[in-house]
Order: sequence, then structure tokens, then C-alpha cells
Amino acid sequence: MSIPTQAARQIPVAEIVFWLVLAAGFWLWPSYLPLASQVLIAGLFALSLDLVLGYAGIVSLGHAAYFGVGAYAAGVLASHGWGEPFSGLLLAAVCAGATGFITSFLVVRGKDLTRLMVTTGIGLLLFELANRLTDVTGGNDGLLGMEMRPLLGTFRFDMYGKVAYGYSLAVTFVLFLLMRRVVNSPFGLSLRGIRDNPGRMLALGYPVHRRLIAMYTLASVYAGIAGALLAQTTQFVGTDVLSFNRSAELMVMLIVGGTGMLYGGLVGAAVFMVAHHYLSDLNPSYWQFWLGAFLIAIVMFGRDGVLGACLRLMRAWRVRAQKAALES
Amino acid sequence: MSIALRTDGLVKQFGGLRAVNSVSLSLPQGQRHAVIGPNGAGKTSLINLLTGVLRPSAGEVYLGEERVTRLSVHQRVKRGLTRTYQINNLFPELTVLQSVLLAVCEQHGVATQLWRPLAACAAEIAAAREILRTLNLHHIEGEAVKELAYGQQRLVEIALALACKPRILLLDEPAAGVPKGESAALFAAIARLPGEVTVLLIEHDMDIVFRFAERITVLVAGAILTEGTPQEIARDAQVKQVYLGNAA
Amino acid sequence: MITSFLGVLFDGLAYGMLLFLISVGLSVTLGLMNFINLAHGAFAMLGGYVCVLALQRWGLPFYLMLPLAFLLSALAGLLLERVLYRHLYRRSHLDQVLATIGLTFMAIASANYFFGPMQQPVQVPQFLSGQISVAGVDLNLYRGFLLAAGAALTLALTLALERTRFGASVRAAVDRPRVAEALGIRVGLVFQVTFAVGCGLAGLGGALGVQVLGLDPAFPLKFIVYFLLVVAVGGTSGLKGPLYAALLLGVIDVAGKYYIPEIGAFIIYAMMVILLVLRPQGLISRK
Repeated sequence: MSIPTQAARQIPVAEIVFWLVLAAGFWLWPSYLPLASQVLIAGLFALSLDLVLGYAGIVSLGHAAYFGVGAYAAGVLASHGWGEPFSGLLLAAVCAGATGFITSFLVVRGKDLTRLMVTTGIGLLLFELANRLTDVTGGNDGLLGMEMRPLLGTFRFDMYGKVAYGYSLAVTFVLFLLMRRVVNSPFGLSLRGIRDNPGRMLALGYPVHRRLIAMYTLASVYAGIAGALLAQTTQFVGTDVLSFNRSAELMVMLIVGGTGMLYGGLVGAAVFMVAHHYLSDLNPSYWQFWLGAFLIAIVMFGRDGVLGACLRLMRAWRVRAQKAALES
Repeated sequence: MSIALRTDGLVKQFGGLRAVNSVSLSLPQGQRHAVIGPNGAGKTSLINLLTGVLRPSAGEVYLGEERVTRLSVHQRVKRGLTRTYQINNLFPELTVLQSVLLAVCEQHGVATQLWRPLAACAAEIAAAREILRTLNLHHIEGEAVKELAYGQQRLVEIALALACKPRILLLDEPAAGVPKGESAALFAAIARLPGEVTVLLIEHDMDIVFRFAERITVLVAGAILTEGTPQEIARDAQVKQVYLGNAA
Repeated sequence: MITSFLGVLFDGLAYGMLLFLISVGLSVTLGLMNFINLAHGAFAMLGGYVCVLALQRWGLPFYLMLPLAFLLSALAGLLLERVLYRHLYRRSHLDQVLATIGLTFMAIASANYFFGPMQQPVQVPQFLSGQISVAGVDLNLYRGFLLAAGAALTLALTLALERTRFGASVRAAVDRPRVAEALGIRVGLVFQVTFAVGCGLAGLGGALGVQVLGLDPAFPLKFIVYFLLVVAVGGTSGLKGPLYAALLLGVIDVAGKYYIPEIGAFIIYAMMVILLVLRPQGLISRK
């Protein structure tokens, strides 16, 4: 994929269309802009997990830890009278990145199950911490009183969510481009090497742990920014930003979309949240039941998710079209 | 000639078993050296001690003048010591070219670059393709390693080792599982290695050993039985009895 | 002070015994097949609901309810082993995690659908309720029963593992799966039966523990960390490790919540992270 091939050269067109459609969202789904912002934020968050899971192969069920740290960083800043959005993002990135850097030393040790439990433990620890530090977080009542200043000094956050959508889209787009660059670099390739065979990477001279620490810190920065976006656009932070459910649902979104393909997280977030929006109105337990069944089905019948399935279909269609062209 | 790789009284004890017993080797730079011995002679343990996978119970390992006994695997790799594996130890999801690129990028010191697209690393891609060409793998560079036949995967294993620009190359039964016809390309590529590269070959196939090696060390029960030129080893009565006798 | 400590110790041990009963099956799954089963808590929940149904709707006596909870959970385990789990043994840990989380979701949703989201109240049978005073310490009779039942089951399991032919096969399969296979032990069958027994024990623990652990649809997620922790600390070979780990965990958790309630579950999570970092290869050291 990272070496120019025919497939790689065809992707940009689809990619440009993808982002244009999102930009046209103001007119395509004007009454669903708040939901669409949430999808973008979840997609950005899933992109962060994709780096950890899809590219570097670390199974994490505690990724909400960094999302939550970012959300609280931005929320606390705004509730203390500094409502400028971008400085909130910056603070969230720094706080989440620092948390990620420190905890990464714990995470990179051990193997799959150990890592799974350590990440889960870190997530639960931070969740408990937020519950206890009621002075800072507001505990169960949530953090109230966030006052956001207008974006760039001109655009006020409106009740239809227009500015929030534009803001989320712009931030997600920029961070997406950066990540695209990173995963297609030698550094990105080395992560995939580590995912496939860490022992052999050591033998090739790669300092595997240091790579994973750098990767994990970067992913935490992304998660923190996603959390901050959620806090700023909804002007509220509850302890659920750190909950286990959020980590688990994030994993589901990424798997539904497809791992290791950058866009999997965004596609998965859209599918997941739109389905959730409609199905959980019927009956919350239906939703959870079919979500579980769907997860099992994905594991049993093809792990590359919705996006992977689409790509396979497209490839099959193209092959058939070529054959038809040859025969005629 | 200076000494490239030297061991001094190397011992590895596993519980009551001495897998490697006081082995002292000395390989001048550029030598093609083979270690042979029956199964269980301690060949694989010896390789693991040289590369740093195992820590010796006693004795030292030197690369050139430097004592590396306490250094980790990747620190030794940085000093030019590279190995291949007896069983394929590759990157199944990556393509052949990507696999070799991993090694080349690390060699060229560009592996930490976050910002440059891989597609723009022209020098690295060219170097990787060059290696693939010598092993006749260039026509399948875009295929995922897991899709390849076993023999081809063995060649990728060699390609990875070559891409590390080794000063000392440890080949752990490189031809194991490769059809006879295909092993020729493999040994041709090894033979084309620059003369200053020191090669330590561990191999069962006597034909290959006697054609390839300048010196042969015979390992039995963890200890060195004898060492000499292929002619000397072929004439050695002890060796015949212990090793070739068993094989016949 | 000392009496309150003895009371906490007693409650903690009873709680730990429950954790052990529920987790021992998980430890076997992990040790035998290197399989991460995050849905293990669902079998305990099943046992809990069997207990509720049996005692309150069907009016079964307590001593008949317990074997029923064991049997139904074991049956569910057997069934799921055939249709789902055996297809996942050779898959990656990520696949196992995903599929078993999916299964957990389905279990939670089903529990929600049939029983509603509330906590299930269950009456301790008359002859096990109340307190007895031993040397000036008031001890809850039901918890005493839990301890006794747990000890008896542990003894029975130990005997079954060490004295029977099947037990020998299980031990061989855990310690040296390849060798066991070569010796003609049908590892697949051994695993199937062991898995079912493990699920049954989880169900039994769940049924016994409704009064202590509580029971609502979120049960499998709420307690999975505890079950995994038992295995992580106790290791996966033999019964002693998980037993001691479970008892220790029970006492620490109860004591923590009793003496320093402000930090609540914090202790357990912190302990888990620290332990895993000290023993990074933890449970899957043997592959």
C-alpha cells in the first residue's frame, strides 16, 4: 500500500470525494449536524486506536483514559474562564500525551492479555479517579459551567451545531492528513513490522519498545484532542468519557469499519452511531444484542470490516469489468 | 587479518545439561566458516549465545576488539552481527519489498522518520530492489510474504539478512526446507557477498559445507571436537566416526 | 478493632471463595488453550438467574437449585464450546477478545430483556440466615456456608484432578499439550469437558453469590476484571495459585472497601496494574 501501485494511485480520488461529502454535510444533513459532529469525534478517536491496534497490534480496552484526560483538560480550562477553543485543544493534547507517555512504559511490556489487562486497568483507574476528585471533575454530576468563546474570535457555537460541525471537521481533517503521512512513513512501516513480528524487528536492529512508546504517546495525543473536541462542542464533561463502555464501543467501531486502513475508524464510527441512533430508539437491549451478534459475525466471517468488504467488492467488480472488456 | 568474531571459553548450562561447553572460536575477517555437528551438538545454542538471545553461563563473546557478552540483541545488530533463522521468522502481512525495506531503512538511518513518505525514499527502495534481484525475488516484490511458497520465504529470510549489511553473518541452516534446485540461487547470493564479510554457517548438508567453507569446526555434545580445513576434516578419523559415520 | 478485623477477614475469605469458584474455569481455559474468554462472567450470571428463577418462580428448595445452576451453566458452556469457542482456539487474541465481548453483549442484552435492568433480590434460605457468635465475633451464617461449600468443592476438585484418570489427562494437557497429544490423550475432548465443568462451576458460584455479589445484567462486565485478576495473580497451572489469589483478592477488596471507602475500587485496579507490570509475562508465560 505504501509503495506506489495502481491501487494506491486510485485512492486519492475516493479520498477527496469522501472529504467533500463530509464538507457538504452542512447542506446534506443540516438537521443532524450535532450527531455528525459526534461521528467525526468518534472517528478521530477511532483513528487513534487504529494506530495502536491496527498498525502496532496492541489490543487495548482502556483507550478512553486518554480521551477522558483530554476532555477534562479542555473542560476544566473552559470552566475556569479561558474559553478559547484552540488553546483548549493544545492543553488537552499535552495532558493526554503526557499521560500516554507515562503509561506507555507499563503498556508495552508483556504480551496480548497482559497488555489488555494493563490498558483496562489504567482506564478503570482514571475512571475511579474522576469519580473521587469531585472538586475538579464534578463527579457524577459532571463538569458544568463551560463557557466557550467564539471560534477564531468570530464564530459563536450555535444551537444547531453548525460551528461545532465545521470545527470538528476541520480539526479531524487536519489530524487525519498528519496521520496519513505518519503511517505511510518508514516509521509507520516499522509499526506494522512490530505488529507482525516484534522479535524479528529486534533482530533487524529496531528498538521496539522505544517505537511503541512513541506510537502510544502520539495516539494518546490524538485521543486527547478528540476528547477535548467532545467537551468543547457539547460544553459538558461527564465521567462517562472515561468509562469502560466507551473503550469497548470504540474498539467495536474500529473493528466494524476495518483496522489498519485509516478510514476504517471514521466509517465504523458513522455506521455504529447512525445504527445506534435509530436502533436504540426501538429497544436498548435489541441494540446491544445485535451489536454482540454482529461482532461475532465479523470475527467469524472476515475481519477487515465494512471498509474492507467494500474494497473487496470494488476489486471484484473491477476485475469483472476488465474481463468483460477483454471479451468484447 | 584481524579477528572479526571470537569466543573465549563459552559455556551455557541448562540445569544439569551443558549445551555449550567451553567453546573458543576465532574467525578472521572475511572467513567462510562452518560449524557442523550431529543433532543436539549445541549448534543452535551457540548461535543464540553469539547473537545475545541467550546469556552465557561463563565465557566471553568479542566482535572485533569489543567485548559484547553483556550487550542486547539489537546492540549487537548495530555492530554488524546479523543472523538468519532456521525456521522462517518473517513479517507475514507485509509484502516482500516492504519487509526488505524495513531492514534497509534501519541501515540507512531513516527508520525514525515520521514525516517522509515511504514512497519518496528512493535510495532505500532502489537498494531493496537490488537485493531482491540478486535472489531472484524482484518479480514477486508486491506479494504478501504469507502468500509465498516455503522456499521463497527462505529466500526472503536471506534477503532480510543481506539488507542488514552484515559484517558478520550467521546462517542457521539456510537451506533447510528449500528444494535442491532453488538452493542454488540462495548460495550463489551468499557467495557474492563482499569478501570482507565474515560468514558463520551452520548446516547439515555436507555437500554444501564442503563446497562453501574455508574452515570447519566440528561440535559434539557442546564441545569442539576438532577444527580444520575441509580436507583435514574429511580425513579426520574421529569426525568420520562421530559424525559422518552416523550419517552414513 | 480486632473483632471488626476478624469480621472483615471472614467476609473477605467468603468473597474470595466465590471468586475462586467462578474464576477457576477461566484459569483452565487460559492455561489449556491460551484462550482469552471475556465472556466467562456471563456463565456466572446465568447461574445467578437460574438461582432467582428456581427459588422464586419455581419454588425449588435451595439444595436442588445449586446442582441445577451447575448443570444448566455447564450445558450452556458445552453448547457454546461446540458452536463458537472451538472455532476461535487458533485465532488471534484480538479475535478471541472481540468474539467474547460480542457474546458478553448478547448475554447482557438477553438478561436485560428477560429480567429487566434491576438488581435481583434473593432470600437466603431460612436455615442459613442470621448470625452466629463465635468467640465474641458475629459471623454471618450464609458466608460461613459459602466458605464451607467452597472448601468442600476445592477439595473435591483437587481429588478429581489428582486421583482420577481424567484429572491426569487434564494436568498433562495443561502442562505439555503437545506431549499429551502424542500420548494419545484427546486434548480436544479433555478441553471440551473441562470447559463445561469450568462454566458449571462459574454458574454455581454465580448462584451462590447472588446475595454477596449482587445480580443485574451488567454482572459479566462488572466482575470480569476480578476474574481475570485471579488468573493473572494465581497463574494457570493447578488449583492452588488461583485459590490463594482469589482469597487474597477477596480479603483486600473487602478490607479496602471497609476501612478506606473513599478510594473504593481504586485499590484493586491499582493492584492489578502494578502486579502485571511486575510480572509482565503474567499468565501467558507458557505458550
